[in-house]
Amino acid sequence: MTALPGPTPRKLGLAIDLDTCVGCNACVTACKGWNDQGYGAPLSDQNPYGSEPSGTFLNRVHSYEVLPADAPAQVVNFPRSCLHCEAAPCVTVCPTGASYKRAEDGIVLVNEDACIGCGLCAWACPYGARELDAAAGVMKKCTLCVDRIYNDNLPEEDRVPACVRTCPTGARHFGDYADPDSTVSRLSAERGGMELMPELGTMPVNRYLPPRKKGVEQASPLAPLLDIRAAGLAGWLDRVLSRI
Amino acid sequence: MHPAPSVILFTTLSGLGFGFLAFLGAGCLHPAGLTAFLLWGLGYALAIGGLLFSTFHLGNPQRAWRAFTQWRTSWLSREGWASVLTLLLLAPVALSDWLGLGWSGLPGVIGAAMCFVTIFTTSMIYAQLKTIPRWNHWVTPVLFLCFAGTGGAILAGKVALAVAACLVLAAVMVAGWQIGDRRFADVGATMESATGLGAIGKVRVFERGHTAGNYLLREMIFVVGRKHAARLRVIALVLTAVVPALMLLLAGPHPVAIALAALCHLAGAMAQRWLFFAEAEHVVGLYYGQR
Repeated sequence: MTALPGPTPRKLGLAIDLDTCVGCNACVTACKGWNDQGYGAPLSDQNPYGSEPSGTFLNRVHSYEVLPADAPAQVVNFPRSCLHCEAAPCVTVCPTGASYKRAEDGIVLVNEDACIGCGLCAWACPYGARELDAAAGVMKKCTLCVDRIYNDNLPEEDRVPACVRTCPTGARHFGDYADPDSTVSRLSAERGGMELMPELGTMPVNRYLPPRKKGVEQASPLAPLLDIRAAGLAGWLDRVLSRI
Repeated sequence: MHPAPSVILFTTLSGLGFGFLAFLGAGCLHPAGLTAFLLWGLGYALAIGGLLFSTFHLGNPQRAWRAFTQWRTSWLSREGWASVLTLLLLAPVALSDWLGLGWSGLPGVIGAAMCFVTIFTTSMIYAQLKTIPRWNHWVTPVLFLCFAGTGGAILAGKVALAVAACLVLAAVMVAGWQIGDRRFADVGATMESATGLGAIGKVRVFERGHTAGNYLLREMIFVVGRKHAARLRVIALVLTAVVPALMLLLAGPHPVAIALAALCHLAGAMAQRWLFFAEAEHVVGLYYGQR
């Protein structure tokens, strides 16, 4: 049913630390690896070794340059995937009921057997989280590794999404945002977790932890020496040359 | 947005078809016998043909029947229901015109109203999307309804009405472009809000997440073809409204003039619809620094 379930008792999601992410793409690879086997249609590639390779991914890592007004530019690596929005617009537009948000934990999923591949849900998503698989003709999206997190056959430490499990810098955290004491809730509260494009009213569950302020330690210890005033002959030359 | 031929043909043909069916249903024409068969046939062919084209857009068209299940929440599902109900409602009216059974009247008027309801649901598939600010405005349904009304009036050969409709359509198109050009800025989504990094400073794309294309770039970040937008707008305006109106004014409701005016209008509608998609900027483009 493509009606939204309303507030869910659990709000499972990710906290992605933009301060720690080094843009290694391990999460992209792990995601593709895990979701290629088992849950739903495999994530296909088209012409993977040709001149114009293309394929379905549920997670992609962008890099941005951010230019503060009074400091050098910094590069921020930015993994982009489904935010499992509370007011998910991709769910309500679906004509077949294939796209749904789980009432128990808020995970947004696609029932691929009912998906006609019209693509409207991808149009409705502001975050580019959905990609229509060119081989299967059905919509693919992050499942929050629903086939890992409840999987009793896996060792307990593996019962987290593949991207979280694999992240070598610990930049990805998984947990329940409905629980104020969960890791993700505490991290988000401490670090000022951000919603992406809040102006579109999607109420994303996932939060992005902003890069920490690089304050004093970023200033060069040699900085005071740069402000040397020329004196003597050099000072006289400086004054004359500035006047010409 | 990628201007896929399937959706352009779907919206233009079914728009014209339902517009014409509305005029037939409302009893504006009084066809009988073979003429009735041909005219109703044309209306049905356009409407159903357009709907069939829409299925070419699907990844799994064999499951298209499932699109009838979610009418409570989905405009696409409502569109499916409205179109089928309208075509069923008008079927006895068409039969009655053809065989002279005298059944038209109230069912025809209801069917005519349902034609416009169908057009409205089609337009809402696009107008509901907050992610595409240009479409997410009341001017989108008004535009689609005006297109159906104008196309229908031209095909029905109602000269005075068609000329008036052409004028209104032209005004709505111009208003739509002017409103649409401002919409992205009005919604206020920026690279800074998309990445949440605006508090630090100005955001610029350093590197994309992938070196080659992907579904998002192909489907929603269609930036080619906007170069000729201004020229295409003029072409759309001339072909949809100006030329058909002049043709009908000069030649009157002659069948040849009607056919030519309708074809001209349809060609213009396709140019307009191509622009409708090509000019529509999806907010996901912000992640790629492209709109």
